Amino acid sequence: MPSVKVLAKRQEERGPRFTGGHSLCAGCAEPMIVRTVLNAIEEPVVVASPTGCLEVASSRYPTTAWNVPWIHSAFENAAATISGVEAAYKALKRKGKIAKKIRFVVFGGDGGTYDIGLQALSGALERGHDFLYVVLNNEAYMNTGVQRSSATPRCANATTSPAGKVIPGKPQDRKDLTEIVVGHHVPYVAQASVSHLIDLANKVERAMQYEGPKFINVYSTCPLGWRTPWDSAINVAKLAVETCYWPLYEVVEGVYKITYKPKEKLPIEEWLKPQGRFRHLFRPEKREDIIRELQEAVDRHWEELLRKERCTQRE
Amino acid sequence: MKKVMTGHKAVAEAMRQIEPDVVAVYPITPQSEIAEYYAQYVADGLVRTELVPVESEHSAMSACIGAAAAGARVITATASQGLALMVEVLYIAAGLRLPIVMALANRSLSAPINIHCDHSDAYLARDSGAIQIFAESAQEAYDYMVIAQRLAEDEKVRLPVLVNLDGFTLTHSSQVVETLSDEAVKGFVGEYKAVYPLLDVDNPVTWGAFAMPDYYFELKRAQQAGMEAAPDVFLQVQEEYAKLCGRPYRGFFEAYKLDDAERAIVVMGSTAGTAKVVVDELREKGERVGLLKVWLWRPFPRKEITEALAGAKAVAIMDRAISFGNLGALYLDVVSGFAGREGPVFVNYIYGLGGRDIPVEHIAQVFEGLKRAETGELRYLGLRE
Repeated sequence: MPSVKVLAKRQEERGPRFTGGHSLCAGCAEPMIVRTVLNAIEEPVVVASPTGCLEVASSRYPTTAWNVPWIHSAFENAAATISGVEAAYKALKRKGKIAKKIRFVVFGGDGGTYDIGLQALSGALERGHDFLYVVLNNEAYMNTGVQRSSATPRCANATTSPAGKVIPGKPQDRKDLTEIVVGHHVPYVAQASVSHLIDLANKVERAMQYEGPKFINVYSTCPLGWRTPWDSAINVAKLAVETCYWPLYEVVEGVYKITYKPKEKLPIEEWLKPQGRFRHLFRPEKREDIIRELQEAVDRHWEELLRKERCTQRE
Repeated sequence: MKKVMTGHKAVAEAMRQIEPDVVAVYPITPQSEIAEYYAQYVADGLVRTELVPVESEHSAMSACIGAAAAGARVITATASQGLALMVEVLYIAAGLRLPIVMALANRSLSAPINIHCDHSDAYLARDSGAIQIFAESAQEAYDYMVIAQRLAEDEKVRLPVLVNLDGFTLTHSSQVVETLSDEAVKGFVGEYKAVYPLLDVDNPVTWGAFAMPDYYFELKRAQQAGMEAAPDVFLQVQEEYAKLCGRPYRGFFEAYKLDDAERAIVVMGSTAGTAKVVVDELREKGERVGLLKVWLWRPFPRKEITEALAGAKAVAIMDRAISFGNLGALYLDVVSGFAGREGPVFVNYIYGLGGRDIPVEHIAQVFEGLKRAETGELRYLGLRE
């Protein structure tokens, strides 16, 4: 499993695959995740991104932050685009025109993955292309101004599900995309977080041992959209993990494994409190009723995950 | 070799002989059989193509974009709603200068839903940046699929090419088609040399960068240069192909008994076949009538078409699609060449929507109607009113 040293050495030796000079916000979690994933892969890579923060901030013509081949086509089609790249690779390899082992990676936001790109993702997973799909999940359409997505948590204040006098933020629960991907029976599925980068690197390395589609849903703090301090990326994400709101786990060929179990599960309030997007749950008056419901939902999903881990273990 | 085959089969045959690296395709009536034939070729090991059986036309074109940018030779096919769904990414394919060849089995657009032929789908893609060619017959569909490959991939052009063939009329009817040998086609299209392929990992390239107002305009102008280069390349490739196949392909359009014609029809697709019969009949009666059948629609060969029609007294321009709120797109294309100069009287006929049959009597009516016509008139052919 790669250590910080190994990852750093790899970046030093071959240069950063994703360079500085991009225009992602100060404090954004995305570049940390992108570098960690790309450093954890030994072989050459081709990367695709749908429209989103990362795409816009990394590819402003005539500049680029990518030191690896990279393609952006549209918002909803990154999985289909990488399908074509991977199909071309297979065809050209078969014809003896390419010898190298090349890896294929998508970095997509939750908008481009949970919502508008879900069909293309499902198609690519079902067809079994050999690629890794990484979600940079910051739980809303941050690139266009913090509009809600189906990854936005219930009661979060987003610009198209605002907290108002009558409605306390997004009325709906988030979608469990990781489990939707598990339903495709692909070899490797995981959740990771920017707060646990070595765990992420381990997951990437493990994922790359499998042929076929691999999927890692990475929790990615957006200080701008979550209204947290600029230096909060690691800490807020850590609270999501410590409260079991965002469990770190993997599903390898159908077997669940929780890769980090908090010694003491923190109350969900600890994760809600530092985030401006949940401020309306604490001021002008504390909404104990809503916070209790959110806690119950987290508890239910965590228990469910523990049961899945127990019952999928091989004899 | 001469064989009886449907338009589908003719297109699939051309594809088999070209043997692209990747085919990403989604079935839709009346295109499905092209996808089916090709899937069978793959299943039977007749081609080494990687078939990507995508979950939508949007993903079909998206996968083609990925594959073409990766450095592969790529073909797809669609129709109607499928084209409508993929049109977003067709614009991107053109903007990225990707040489993707696509057979478009022309079919009407909903609503009402209808599976039969008209050209609304091609018209939808008119300004997409894709080159568009129209075939009159299964033979022409076969020939232009082969020609399209070279046209798309020419380094001065590097654009998607749509080969239009009328749904059902051409796709499903059996006709005699003369095919070339596999070697001849392979030799003609040659080895594909990709430009800046993604798979050249030692020379990483960023595809699909985003451009602000400081660069967008220049990049779109550069894209237009590809279109501007296309006519000459089209003529060169067509000439080379004509020598190879022995069929008389010459120019951007077929001028049928047009030289001394007083009254003429301009048309695209299979209707030209019907119109030729009428031209022959009227010529036998001593009437000076002729036909201009457009092969290359985009880029539009305005200068050449203007010259070809300059001697006529009255011209009927037949659009198989409505451009709602205006005269037909082909009409406006043709008439634009006569801006500021003397020319014939031009009448616009909208015809054949949703597969409405076009018998010889209707074409005869058009020639008759040209005897009393005024420029700018919009007439509907074969419509109950």
